Amino acid sequence: MFGSTWKKTIGALAVATGMAAAGQAAAEDTKVGFVYVGPISDHGWSYMHNVGREAIEKELGLTTTYVESVNEGPDAERVITKLAKDGHNLIFTTSFGFMNQTLKVAKRFPNVKFEHATGFRRSDNVSTYSARFYEGRYVVGHIVGKMTKTNTIGYIASFPIPEVIRGINATILGARKVNPDVQIKVVWVNTWVDPGKEGDAAKALIDQGADVIMQHTDSPSPLQVAQNRGVWAVGQASDMKTFAPKSQLTAIIDNWAPYYVARAKAAMDGSWKSEDTWGGFKSGMVQLADYNEAIPADVVKLAEEVRVGITDGSIHPFAGPIKNQAGEVIVPEGEVADDKTLLGMNFYVEGVQGELPQ
Amino acid sequence: MDSAIVIASVLTIMTAATPLVFAALGELIVEKSGVLNLGVEGMMIVGAICAFATAVTSGSAFLGIIVGMLAGAGLSLLFAILTQNLMANHVATGLALTIFGIGLSALIGDGFAGQKLDPLPKGIPGLSDIPVIGPLLFGHDILVYFSIVATGAVAWFLTKTRAGMILRAVGDNHDAAHSIGYSVIKIRYMAILFGGAMAGLGGAYISLAYSPLWAEGMTAGRGWIALALVVFATWKPWRAFLGAYLFGGVTIIQLIIQGYGINIPAQFLSMLPYLATIVVLVVISRDKYLVKMNAPACLGKLFHASH
Repeated sequence: MFGSTWKKTIGALAVATGMAAAGQAAAEDTKVGFVYVGPISDHGWSYMHNVGREAIEKELGLTTTYVESVNEGPDAERVITKLAKDGHNLIFTTSFGFMNQTLKVAKRFPNVKFEHATGFRRSDNVSTYSARFYEGRYVVGHIVGKMTKTNTIGYIASFPIPEVIRGINATILGARKVNPDVQIKVVWVNTWVDPGKEGDAAKALIDQGADVIMQHTDSPSPLQVAQNRGVWAVGQASDMKTFAPKSQLTAIIDNWAPYYVARAKAAMDGSWKSEDTWGGFKSGMVQLADYNEAIPADVVKLAEEVRVGITDGSIHPFAGPIKNQAGEVIVPEGEVADDKTLLGMNFYVEGVQGELPQ
Repeated sequence: MDSAIVIASVLTIMTAATPLVFAALGELIVEKSGVLNLGVEGMMIVGAICAFATAVTSGSAFLGIIVGMLAGAGLSLLFAILTQNLMANHVATGLALTIFGIGLSALIGDGFAGQKLDPLPKGIPGLSDIPVIGPLLFGHDILVYFSIVATGAVAWFLTKTRAGMILRAVGDNHDAAHSIGYSVIKIRYMAILFGGAMAGLGGAYISLAYSPLWAEGMTAGRGWIALALVVFATWKPWRAFLGAYLFGGVTIIQLIIQGYGINIPAQFLSMLPYLATIVVLVVISRDKYLVKMNAPACLGKLFHASH
């Protein structure tokens, strides 16, 4: 809340002035606003949304505005309202916790279009979009299952929401495909960014025998710890290789740019409709960073096969049989978990250690 | 749990506690002089970014530590001018300092996120390889040792030196100290600057040793824990040191037991330091004698020489 900074960026004016009269009018009419939960300097979640914003400016020459470090509380409503009042006709709110505030403001501004990331409530002028990060984690699961010597994956998790639980489950499902003995130890840190605590969690997991560190938090601190301790790690949201050149096996990258550009275009030409988009490898919303050279060629080949399989639809990470920790079958053989099950996921699958906090 | 895990856990707790020790020692001296500076979090985070930026640009971690301390002291100078010369309310000014510090650190830090830094070197070569006691006694970075020395020095200063006695006199009764010729404002200025430098050092430890990178808001409330610690320790340096290890330990132990599959609500553990502080406050406030023994009598009160 205290860290909120207003920054305005005037889009590439040269591009706008060079456009045809009609296009110019549309470009001048369309202003795009962004609300970020973290600072754009987080090198992770908010940073990647900002990369998407920059793509809108660069490719469409639109004026965009962003507000960073916005609290997921009442302050978000104020910020979103301000953007709507200031004449932004397309507003992206890029955190799950902005859901109710986005819908509330959208009701008051029916002519403004809203895009809420990772949420599940829509209205006539509110779209939702998210990325199937679990697809990336499933591929990564295959890699870490092969790379671990101790059969223990350490996983630093933020909050027990379906998005995070899905990632943990996808990882173990992928890992168990190649290594039935592998286990995941999960530590919940109850924060998205606290480098000190994330690093401490990584240390605790390594001390307890984990030789691969994965994370669903936003700072590169766990990778740094992994690098210093000589264990493997997987980057989160963006390529974090600079922090762990030896340790980073790969990274799951959020690529919002194509979606953002397409939606801004739709808003310009009037074809924008309220929709729900959940993109993965196929739409390019989820990408993997370059594989570490230390990964054996056959493991890379396997990972690529899985990635291609998910992209063309022949492989589904949550294909049955899937059992929960108690051994009960949740998804029977021959079926795949539907999106509703995935979006509401609130149980650990077999192979995850510990109890899921409620 | 085998001994290797216990040793590793103790090492983790020590790095987590060290920034708290620095910030709490600084604030302890400030409060002993009768000044309440709630800006610890702000001074810490400015110290963290200035230390990190300097270490990255110059390549010298030592220079980073110095600049981090100077930055913390610089911010506290602002507080000193406002509260000592311009008679601003301590609480309001301190809160403003925290908000200002968080914003300022984000501004300075623009462009430093995503840069990496090698952590401070750890361990005394040869000695740290001795089993068990090696890593525990000799396996730390230099600032961990300094935090122990600094605690001893502050304790000695407050109880055994004339200057320490004068500082306490100013904190307990500024009018009396003034009437026998001590410059209350000058003494408080020095205490505030020391507090700022120590908070800056705590911040520098976070961004140079604890997690050597820069992320906005990376102190994550540790300044507030340090403030709570001072009260928890009833203004005694070694108790503050112990408290820092206790508070740091609670966080780490919670992470460790999660790895073993035991579930304690993390929210409960993160409120423990504050709960403990409230309990201590209630206990000492119930007894007039205890209040007199511990809390500086002039804490947070404005001083005007003409009174």
